[in-house]
Amino acid sequence: MKTYSTRETVDFVVIGSGAAGGVMAKELSAAGFSVVVLEQGPWLKEKDFDHDELAHCFHSKLTNDQAKQPYTFRKDDSETAAPVRAIEYGRGVGGGTVHFTGNYWRFHESDFRERSLFGEIAGTGFADWPISYADLEPYYTKAEWELGISGAGGVNPFEGPRSKNYSLPPMPVKSSGVLFERGARKLGLHPYPAPVAILSQPYNGRGACTHCGFCESFGCETRAKSSTLVSVIPVAVKTGRCEIRPGSYVRKISVDKQGRANGVIYFDGRKREQMQKARAVVLCANGAETPRLLLQSKPGGLANSSGLVGKYLMWDNGGVVHGLFEHPLNEYKGIQVTRVLHDFYRSDPKRGFYGGGGIDARFDYTPIRFALEGMPEDTPKWGAGFKKSLGEMFNRTMMLLSHSTSLPQAKNSVTLDPTVKDAWGLPAARITFAQHPDDLQTMRWLQDRQQEIFEAAGALRTWRVPVDIFYANRHLMGTCRMGVDARTSVVNPFSRAHDVSNLWMVDGSNFVTSARQQPTATIQALAYRAADHIVRNRSLLHLKV
Amino acid sequence: MLGQIALALEHAHHAVQTKPGFSVLTPEMAAKLEALTSAIIPSDDGPGAREAGVVYFIDRALATFDASKLEEYRTGLTAGGDIAVIEKTPFFETLRTHTIMGFLGSPSYGGNRGNVGWKHIGMDHRMAWLPPFGYYDGEASKK
Repeated sequence: MKTYSTRETVDFVVIGSGAAGGVMAKELSAAGFSVVVLEQGPWLKEKDFDHDELAHCFHSKLTNDQAKQPYTFRKDDSETAAPVRAIEYGRGVGGGTVHFTGNYWRFHESDFRERSLFGEIAGTGFADWPISYADLEPYYTKAEWELGISGAGGVNPFEGPRSKNYSLPPMPVKSSGVLFERGARKLGLHPYPAPVAILSQPYNGRGACTHCGFCESFGCETRAKSSTLVSVIPVAVKTGRCEIRPGSYVRKISVDKQGRANGVIYFDGRKREQMQKARAVVLCANGAETPRLLLQSKPGGLANSSGLVGKYLMWDNGGVVHGLFEHPLNEYKGIQVTRVLHDFYRSDPKRGFYGGGGIDARFDYTPIRFALEGMPEDTPKWGAGFKKSLGEMFNRTMMLLSHSTSLPQAKNSVTLDPTVKDAWGLPAARITFAQHPDDLQTMRWLQDRQQEIFEAAGALRTWRVPVDIFYANRHLMGTCRMGVDARTSVVNPFSRAHDVSNLWMVDGSNFVTSARQQPTATIQALAYRAADHIVRNRSLLHLKV
Repeated sequence: MLGQIALALEHAHHAVQTKPGFSVLTPEMAAKLEALTSAIIPSDDGPGAREAGVVYFIDRALATFDASKLEEYRTGLTAGGDIAVIEKTPFFETLRTHTIMGFLGSPSYGGNRGNVGWKHIGMDHRMAWLPPFGYYDGEASKK
């Protein structure tokens, strides 16, 4: 791998190597730019991955460590925030794409103009995107073909027009998918094969999935999950122009007297401060860490003339209904999700509230988590009854999970905690968040639909998870919103900071609205589009090569 | 060669099974925990917490990644070895969580010996499967 001295001025420093950072690194280095990628976590390979549930689901092997990087949380600004792991993100080369479930939904055409379709929603920053589905479509296609996505194009009657099918055929259906399809079809709904970033066949030198069952929360030992770690990052390294620098914890984006970014200050693996000089900076640290870094970079925040850096944080909303069936489903085998439906995706004013969602069939429990959280409330907590239920239910349970709207509210935000510090002495990110009543109503309404599907499928019993329980947000959206007007947005329609001409923020922070979660495809399409714009306009941007 | 590996594995397995002492648990604590964890996951119609070696898992946890919880155990166990009593104390949640982890976690942590926990829930741990995976997709693939 090519390496650079910190004193050498490289064309780009990319901060973060996840869904967006990996794509930016590959696109920019392939176009001839010199690139250094700063990644806070380690650079793990497939040999480092395993199926250890304790390490992954309880000890943050692949995600942020609350002990070293505390988040604090409060519901509104009248409270003092307390340390809570309110945010979960992938930490390591490949970022969240290493441990994600692999769901790969495009947004619908309507997702980009919901404000025009449904009108103002009081107390929110509900707005149209400055770009359309048509603007992003070529980049969705590019992502699906570069990364390797399995699915069936054109089968979901609600999806937008696509220029090309998925790069690979769908994954085999599981029992959860068969039962979901059975129930949904009886109700006249339209389930379809889940699009996933997992290879159903060999692709670009990687082998097909072996159905081991450990996708969500785990790294793939066979490179069949299309993370940026195994898809585009190796291509970036091969250009001979891209250095991946793991163990680099960024403190600050440095700017010169003219207000242009001129480098990035970070702590290396031994906590020594370094500065990598650069002609331009791309911040892809995710919807929580990106605003945190901007706020840390300058009093009042870098690129924050709008005052909106960190605002409009949206949550990973969705409600769970479990269903128990007569025969074994063996859901521990195979990928998590094989069928989805979008019949309730679009908001409908007749429901009396804004919102909608997609529903998928899955069982995303590992054994310990199922025993702790997955069984019905009335299950005995110990003894022969507990043991018997555990033995009978693990293999015969599935869930229907909705992925639903999260309205952008200015009071929901990422700010710097005034007292709590991380292990590097930097202010912790403070999350302020309370659900909008429409979002809770949407999740409850969808749970009723999930219940109906289960009943039509012949479930022996069903049980719900209350929609207002607290869980860590993993789909980090909306804290550097995209727009045309520099007074009401942080980045322009190509993800460039309005205020700093050589700084890009490219990740879920750009999202104006949440669509229906499953943000990875859109994050990556935005990254391909931002990179394409940089490469095409390199002279206008005063970038050589 | 394969025979040697099998022998080595057998030896390693045996070493785990007969590991004599504990790192941080006193014999009194261990005895109470043996009773309590067996009450949570009994050895009735099949192996339970005892056969899984849950107490060894807890000892390992309290010596390593959950060392901060050792004091909670010391205090919690003063209430005795009766689960009906412990259930009413705040210590119960920690004990129950560790018992489940020791029954269903990776055997590399000292519990779930011989994969008895995974066998109980019907999970066969392999690196590769072929569809059909379960009853309903099997049934659907026949049609």
